[in-house]
Amino acid sequence: MPAAPHFPAELLARPPLEQVWARLDLVMDPELDEAVTDLGFVEAVSITPSLHDDTPREVQVSFRLPTYWCSPNFAFLMAESIKREIEVLPWVAQAVVTLHDHMAADEMNAAINAGRSFGSVFEDLHPGEDLSALREKFDRKAFQRRQEVVIKALQAMTYSPEWLVDMTLAELEAVTFADPEDARQTGRYLAILKAKGLAGQPSDRALPDYDGVPLTAESFRTHMELLRSVRINMEFSGSLCRGLKATRYKQADLSGDVPVLVDFVPADLPDGANSTRTFQ
Amino acid sequence: MYITPEGKEIFVVDGHTHFWDGSPENQANIHGKQFIDCFYAYHSNLSPKEQLWEKSKFEKYSADQLYNDLFIEGPDDIAILNSTYLKDFYKAGFNTIERNHSVAKKYPNRFIVNGSFDPRDGEKALEYIHWMKETYNIQGVKMYTAEWNGSSKGWKLNDPDAYKCFELCDKLGIKNIHVHKGPTIIPLNKDAFDVHDVDYAATDFQNLNWIIEHAGLPRLDDFCWIATQETNVYAGLAVALPFIHTRPRYFAEVIAELLFWIGPDKILFGSDYAIWTPKWLVEKFWACQLPADISAERVGIQLTDEIKEKILGLNAARLYNIDIAARKAEFAKQPVLIAAE
Repeated sequence: MPAAPHFPAELLARPPLEQVWARLDLVMDPELDEAVTDLGFVEAVSITPSLHDDTPREVQVSFRLPTYWCSPNFAFLMAESIKREIEVLPWVAQAVVTLHDHMAADEMNAAINAGRSFGSVFEDLHPGEDLSALREKFDRKAFQRRQEVVIKALQAMTYSPEWLVDMTLAELEAVTFADPEDARQTGRYLAILKAKGLAGQPSDRALPDYDGVPLTAESFRTHMELLRSVRINMEFSGSLCRGLKATRYKQADLSGDVPVLVDFVPADLPDGANSTRTFQ
Repeated sequence: MYITPEGKEIFVVDGHTHFWDGSPENQANIHGKQFIDCFYAYHSNLSPKEQLWEKSKFEKYSADQLYNDLFIEGPDDIAILNSTYLKDFYKAGFNTIERNHSVAKKYPNRFIVNGSFDPRDGEKALEYIHWMKETYNIQGVKMYTAEWNGSSKGWKLNDPDAYKCFELCDKLGIKNIHVHKGPTIIPLNKDAFDVHDVDYAATDFQNLNWIIEHAGLPRLDDFCWIATQETNVYAGLAVALPFIHTRPRYFAEVIAELLFWIGPDKILFGSDYAIWTPKWLVEKFWACQLPADISAERVGIQLTDEIKEKILGLNAARLYNIDIAARKAEFAKQPVLIAAE
């Protein structure tokens, strides 16, 4: 099986459960652009043991969302990504994804378990709406949010707008950030920039808009206003989701000021869930 | 009346309040339970700890409780009660116009009761609008474009059936159309991100005022764009405002964005009672100042006392033709009633 993009071969040397969690770390909540594992949405992972060591195995993942009313199309996008990321693992024959405690859970789980594609189930529940168009809309927002973080970090290092609009990919990749969070965010930005084909060659501009149009010193300010409004929207959803999730499942808030989700405690899991995030 | 720490009197119109019954006895199904549970999660999550209510009180509170929290403990002078039916979820409805009217009748001069209708009901919706106007003389309505109705999973303000209803509203003088465009609390799907129907409706019905509750969050960018173009589109602050406690800097950024784009005359305070109570919201709002960097990013705009006074009452008073001087005189002669036992 050919390796998927960004698939680290050394991952396969790790225990199976750990491999699955590592793949789940790559699944983003589309609305928030944050990992479903960081958000605490994944409640349980289990692996059906194989009878023979060399047979493919099935992975079961269950997840749940902050409210019963969370938009079903977000749930669909996440379920689809979870399935896709896990099935990249060469020893996995199939990933079965189950959504709990949600208004659309029964329809979605039944259809998925009957082997229907996400696209066809989604079409039934959301006539006239296109799952890939929705995914594209969220990709745009994720790109914009990540780019704003990078630009603001660079501006704090006194890069001027005139400089930034002409900055090349090679130049951005050569920047050393003092703050490790800025470095991490820049890595995330570069990943989506390249995945979307917006830059690839070292001489390509590193900070175009999502449609590939280069910024100019004149358009820079308007562009930053747009990025700011995207961030404000995403932060609204993000802080509501985190808070509502914690309230709904009465998770401990260990941080004081800003809600942060902790890993699930076993007593909190529904019947049938048999694996929390502990590596054995 | 809110008295500022400096002793200034501020007339408060609470643009968004409810008198609901979400109790287990009234729940028709699991959706009814999940709906009030979700409201309670908003309440638990964003309220200061000392403001938290017991679940049973939150599910169903009395008219006296409402009156106390808004006008005796709270700083409200006038409160707008919005109607939300949800008859598929609740046996007697969640928050009907009859239920709202019962409290308005008990405490005269304090409440403005808004109606609601569903344009997908066709002729019945038109008849219902007539009935609401004749029976309660409503000045406004509350719209839920995401509400389910039979096989429909939502509607748009610019649907032909909706336009017939708005034409009638215009004709009857029902001027204020409150629209829920906010976080996903009702089964939303097709319009999960969409505020664009506001653009069409506001252009085509210039006589009507379009008050977009929750300022369209999390679609603030689209909302600001539309509200900047359309002079008759307003932002309701419900749900955005409670962030002033949990994430004050974030609230400052939202209000700064609104001030920058749509200006101080088109923003309306709303507590979203009983999800939140107005007392702490108004106190914190009055104390709120924009951080210097947030202001500097937006040509130095400020949240001045003058602007706060507009948001807390003057803007809504204009939309609902409230004569503030007359009402102040009236309330001075007849202070808040303590409910008779």
